[in-house]
Amino acid sequence: MCTLHLNRREFLKGASALAAVSCLPVSMVELAFADRKKNFTFAYISDAHIQHIGGAKFVRNWDRGLIRAVAETNMLVPKPDFVVFGGDLAQLGKREELDHGAEMLDKLSYKVYSVMGEHDYYLDLGEYWSKLYGKQYYSWDHKGVHFITLNSVLTYDEWTHERWPSAQQRMLEMAGLDNPNGSPFMVGETQREWLKKDLAKIGKDTPVVVFSHSPIQKIYKGWNFWTEDAEDVQALLKPFTDVTVIYGHVHQVQYNQIDHISFHSVMATAWPWPYPESYAQAKSHLPKLTVPMNRADPFFERDATGWQFIDISSGRVTVEYNLYNNQNRTVAFDSDKKQPIDKVFQPVNKRVPPQTHY
Amino acid sequence: MKPAMIGVILVVGCLCALAAHTAQTPATTAPLGLPPVPIPEHNPMTRDKVALGEKLFNDKRFSSTGEVSCATCHDAEKAFTDGPLSVSEGINKLTGTRNAPTVVNAAYFNTMFWDGRSPSLEDQSLHPFLNPVEMGLPSHQPILDIVRSDPEYVDAFKKVFAKTGDGVTMTEVTRAIAAFERTQVAADSPFDRWFYGGEADALDVSQKRGYELFVGEGRCVSCHLIEQTQALFTDNRFHNIGVGINQIQDDVPKLAREFLQADYTKTQVDIKVLTDKRTSEIGRFVVTSGFDDLGSFKTPTLRNIAVTAPYMHDGSIETLREVVVHYNNGGVTNEGDPVNDFLSGGIRPLDLADTEIDDLVAFMEALTSPQFADQAKKQ
Repeated sequence: MCTLHLNRREFLKGASALAAVSCLPVSMVELAFADRKKNFTFAYISDAHIQHIGGAKFVRNWDRGLIRAVAETNMLVPKPDFVVFGGDLAQLGKREELDHGAEMLDKLSYKVYSVMGEHDYYLDLGEYWSKLYGKQYYSWDHKGVHFITLNSVLTYDEWTHERWPSAQQRMLEMAGLDNPNGSPFMVGETQREWLKKDLAKIGKDTPVVVFSHSPIQKIYKGWNFWTEDAEDVQALLKPFTDVTVIYGHVHQVQYNQIDHISFHSVMATAWPWPYPESYAQAKSHLPKLTVPMNRADPFFERDATGWQFIDISSGRVTVEYNLYNNQNRTVAFDSDKKQPIDKVFQPVNKRVPPQTHY
Repeated sequence: MKPAMIGVILVVGCLCALAAHTAQTPATTAPLGLPPVPIPEHNPMTRDKVALGEKLFNDKRFSSTGEVSCATCHDAEKAFTDGPLSVSEGINKLTGTRNAPTVVNAAYFNTMFWDGRSPSLEDQSLHPFLNPVEMGLPSHQPILDIVRSDPEYVDAFKKVFAKTGDGVTMTEVTRAIAAFERTQVAADSPFDRWFYGGEADALDVSQKRGYELFVGEGRCVSCHLIEQTQALFTDNRFHNIGVGINQIQDDVPKLAREFLQADYTKTQVDIKVLTDKRTSEIGRFVVTSGFDDLGSFKTPTLRNIAVTAPYMHDGSIETLREVVVHYNNGGVTNEGDPVNDFLSGGIRPLDLADTEIDDLVAFMEALTSPQFADQAKKQ
């Protein structure tokens, strides 16, 4: 029998992958990470959608998803350098929801960076969230990588401030899918100006990793898989040789490459979304590179949800999706193709068909 | 053992053995409700092999004290379990950590043991001989010494495998035991007669309501499968249903880390899980190191479940009613107890009424095969 040896990658693989990897001599695995000093990992949990029912009651299913992600993240060996929570901690922006979610996230034994989601924002325009997590956009440097967090879920001032009779209605309108009353997300001019100045401080060969809630690319407007000023933000990032954007919101596996920018989505802990074209029967611009998620079994409420840990090697990102009741996925930057690829399912004959109709 | 029951078991055994022997392919005859028993190509069934396997299965000399055989914990009189023990007793009354699963219909499992750490019946029987709390032998050599010298075994191995002396190894021993175990199949229950046999009155009204709940609101059928032509009542998968791990939640990170860091061999894993209750509770994680398997155990078949109490991998639940209540509570045995962090997404509170719980129990009582009906009445 091949013995288990301690390696973070193996730790997260499913049984079959584990068997294959753990049969390799230890040295071969080590070689893959030759310059270990430059490598580090962080974990990414997103879209918990903690939902208050009334009194002390919350939707059990969403609670379980976040509790499990936190418990598993705490067991990672070796430990990640930090954790990012990718937004939509709450379902309808209520204090009860943010507090309940924050209480669960507090159990993480690592530093947590938070991203604003529209479900956290549109009730009180991020006021209570900011009390808990501070600035809505900020940057920091870690082991040679420049990290940036954006609030990408803003929209037109008129829509935000003048259109709705109540904050509750504003929240509900923004939470709806295919809602003609909705409005597209955007980063907005203020943040773009800030971003420009922030990026001016670093060299063009510094690896840059951007966290946003919505994709900084345009996929499907009806569900706000969309950022209205995506091209403007991309233009600011374009001069850098090595950029990665990691976003939540879509509750599914997506990845793409535009110029020097690699895009990766992360999973929700709450529920999976189908790919828009299969559900809304509407045109979507799902990136061609993306191999859709393997079909989920709805009996298992956690299937097609999960969390991920992210390996940064020489500034490039490898996303390891830890998927409950499903096969784990790895999407990594391929230096020959200069784009992210799914390590197992990219070849057409290896794919597990997703659900494409309802 | 009651004489009548020996007859029934042997008849079933012989039918399968005969069919397999003549065709050298998987048996084509199977009781109502079950598919033919899967027979591995390398271990075809013969009548003599089954008889040899049964002899080995019952031989107490294959333990360090000479007091324990396979049949000690898999007692034919108790539907091949050791009820009412919650966990099994091996040599010197030493106890393990897990409830002895029945041998009946084990032939249909894709993996063996509660955590699936063994891939086949042939592999499975190697391990209890050596486990210090089961049969406690230092190695398999004492078994080989006996089967190579005892005249009855010498004749039998020669006849079945055409092997003598050093040619007889644990491969032959375990193949014979597996062949015997593959004859222990049982279906043809009232449920089978109703569902597959078209006997409208084989179930009573409560059992029929129980069936509707089983495939509906109770969410049972998603793991305990019933199909169009057969019902194994298992999905051959592993799930954390909130048994065992609920009691050791704070220790999970430490236990998991130990398994990831240590270089345990298969034998060491076997010893670990059966001698340390807390390690036992992390379930299939010891096999795969996958988070999805923390606290997860194999879905057992529900056939003859009424005669194999107590329940769950640790025998911690005494009655079928309490089992249903555990599921109704959403994966906790006592309502209000904390749910474990790694609970399977399939387990959630069911909100079943007391009468519905009764109906589900009634349905499970309709899964008893005729050869175990007398036993069911005693309980």
